[in-house]
Amino acid sequence: MCETDTEGGGVAGFDSASQADGWLLEVSGLKKAFGGVVALADGQFHIAAGSVHALVGGNGAGKSTFLSIVMGIYPRDAGLIKVRGRPVSFANPSEALAAGISIIEQELSPILDLSIAENIFLGREHLAAWGQVNFASMNRAASELLTTLGFAIPPTTLMHNLTVAQVQLVEIAKALSRDAEIIIMDEPTSAIGSKEADYLFEVIKRLKARGKGVIYVTHRLSEIFEIADSYTVLRDGRYVASGAVSDITRGDLIRMIVGRELHEEFIKENTPTDKVRMRVEDLNKTGRLEHISFDVREGEIVGLYGLMGAGRTEILECLFGLDRDWSGTLEVNGRRRSFRSARDAMNGGLALVTEDRKETGLVMSASVRRNLSLAILPALSPFLGVMNSHREAEASSSMIEQLHIRTDGDLLDVDSLSGGNQQKVVMGKWHLTHPDILLLDEPTRGVDVGAKREIYGLMSKFASAGGSIVMVSSEADEILGMADRILVIKNGRIAGLLNRNEADQQTLLHLAA
Amino acid sequence: MTDALEQISYPKTDRRTQSMAYVKTIIKRYGIISAFIVLCVILSIISPYFLTRQNILNVLRQSSINGILAVGMTFVILTGGIDLSVGSVVALAGIVGASFATTSSVAGVYGSPYPAPMAIMIGLLVGLAAGSVCGLVVSRFKVPPFVVTLGMLSSARGLTMLYTLGRPVPTLTPSFRWMGTGQVIGVPVPILILLVVFAIFWWVLTRTRFGRHVYAVGGNARAATTSGIFVSRIRLIVYMISGVTAGLAGLILAARTGSGLTQAGIAYELDAIAAVVIGGTSLSGGVGTVTGSLFGALIIAVMNNGLDLLGVDSNYQQIIKGLLIVVAVMIDPSRKKRGG
Repeated sequence: MCETDTEGGGVAGFDSASQADGWLLEVSGLKKAFGGVVALADGQFHIAAGSVHALVGGNGAGKSTFLSIVMGIYPRDAGLIKVRGRPVSFANPSEALAAGISIIEQELSPILDLSIAENIFLGREHLAAWGQVNFASMNRAASELLTTLGFAIPPTTLMHNLTVAQVQLVEIAKALSRDAEIIIMDEPTSAIGSKEADYLFEVIKRLKARGKGVIYVTHRLSEIFEIADSYTVLRDGRYVASGAVSDITRGDLIRMIVGRELHEEFIKENTPTDKVRMRVEDLNKTGRLEHISFDVREGEIVGLYGLMGAGRTEILECLFGLDRDWSGTLEVNGRRRSFRSARDAMNGGLALVTEDRKETGLVMSASVRRNLSLAILPALSPFLGVMNSHREAEASSSMIEQLHIRTDGDLLDVDSLSGGNQQKVVMGKWHLTHPDILLLDEPTRGVDVGAKREIYGLMSKFASAGGSIVMVSSEADEILGMADRILVIKNGRIAGLLNRNEADQQTLLHLAA
Repeated sequence: MTDALEQISYPKTDRRTQSMAYVKTIIKRYGIISAFIVLCVILSIISPYFLTRQNILNVLRQSSINGILAVGMTFVILTGGIDLSVGSVVALAGIVGASFATTSSVAGVYGSPYPAPMAIMIGLLVGLAAGSVCGLVVSRFKVPPFVVTLGMLSSARGLTMLYTLGRPVPTLTPSFRWMGTGQVIGVPVPILILLVVFAIFWWVLTRTRFGRHVYAVGGNARAATTSGIFVSRIRLIVYMISGVTAGLAGLILAARTGSGLTQAGIAYELDAIAAVVIGGTSLSGGVGTVTGSLFGALIIAVMNNGLDLLGVDSNYQQIIKGLLIVVAVMIDPSRKKRGG
């Protein structure tokens, strides 16, 4: 079904001319440096029509640079790019688009007040006489595209009525409308749940059947084994390996990405005790949550698994005092509590790492140091509210050291850090508040394998020392790897409570869907 | 942390990129001051009268009112808000304060003048009240600051007219007037007040927890909330600060003019905002300093002064001020690339 390179091994495929003509996209020797910093030293890649090729690598591996060059955003310093055997050189993204290369970004930005058809044909609207927009023709064309994807929804629907997963499908329809041959998908499942991801995979299979080439970029290794035919691994700006997914194991992949043997992907050293630290009873929120009851012990990690929109984030927000619109009882350390604000919850020993660090976790315009100290400002300014900058600097450097946050000094703006390091800054911020209970909402979203492992290490250390963790995650293997007990939430209700040894991917999905 | 944790290597930045980042920080921090110095140097070359004591004091005195307004406005803009009402509050606070320090009878109600400190206190309270109203509506009712302060701009002006039935408040007591015309060791009082106000608010913004809260609210209000900061409270307080500084400016203006005028302070908010923007504060909040705003006000005053000395028509001054604002934002290296 798909052609993978089996002769000559690894890099080969360029020697035989007929083979080269068969590749939809072929890249070799790609180099790019930004003012002295080499982002890409040796980029290689090839994808056949009608196949899904996973592009893998940690943060700083060079994936984004690679894709940006292919997309025409940056010019390359050296190297060769061939589309269907023809050498190309894109001066700007429009040329790449014209050549049939489209990208579905990780962060989608639809025009919310316009319809699906208007978004698909943005800038290329069908015009009638006098320059009027021909809505009928546009809607018809949009409908056709949506049907191709198996997506039956009126093209006149406004974008703000769609879920994230649906917006993504519109994006794919848009790419198809541009006659894209090569569709790059950047972390497409990071913002959608498992059910929608399954649907997305169906759509990708349809794209394959139509001869498209899908370049799939992800940190989620299980997906690679589920949907991709071939893979390419980059590390430190260099090509490491490529081949058929069926020829390797998960362990092989991890080893190629990280460069060293990772004995275990997850770090789990904690043992839950019998002492209940937090007990939630009959948490109800009209229209969203019903009869949520669970407890968390000292030294325990409880996982909250479920589909997107199941209500897990809402549970955490209610517990943390960000949402006061709920009924039920909450007991922390045996005392009944009712948190009326985040500060209240923090005083009660809770900490919340939110789902989206850019939107709700970090002040992007501020430095690493200021972000780290954000939650402990009262402790750093005990006398009349005057800041003790010395203490602040100390707290900041201690976190950077402990959590191995990679940054050129802590006065750097936090938005210049990679996703994994940004997430560590958020974890560091909360670590400084010395919480008893850590509420984590998708703690490794958009984080590369290396940093993920460090975050797991943090979690494990925290729980081993007696702390309690409630972790929301949409990645089954993560939940299975880290949690002691797993609570499955479905449509605002508890669908199941399992011990880690009772659960597996199928059971979890079965309960959640 | 277990030793078994693998260390991932990341490309190290080289000296050139590091020094470029360093230069950017320098421009960000000292750009406005250097621009100011360059401007003064140019003007002192062009006009021999520029660096005379008389002229320098003139410039400083002329920038004092706007400077005070700009310092207060900085707090509001740092939280991502705006205060369009300061000009009207200048008039309201000035006229109410003046009415307690006048020997004439205004609207037949206030005959004998109160001691100047009392009149000043009342004026400041008026400013505080106006700011509080704006702050409450913004923080509690979540009405956009632009709209709220626009409403206050009209209402405060209306109140000013009503208060004296449209008449000015003349013949203010000498002790009150001292605030606008007096001197201490040769330095006009308004300048000293500006320096004190600047020092206090600089310290508050850079050295206190409250200052950090202001930056956090403007940088990312939601992140601030989840980190335990009471965003509503901060929003309320910054408008109160803006109101008080407007009240203070209004009192100084009335003291200097010698009477409380209903038409005082018209369009003053625009100059204040201009000073803040030129000084490098971002209108979307989270980035900026009071030092920048102070120098922004100084640059405007120096620019006007220079053009006066050169005999340029005052209308050109308006045009140049407009250009200044746009250029200042254009060359700001900290401006985000996206849609900036």
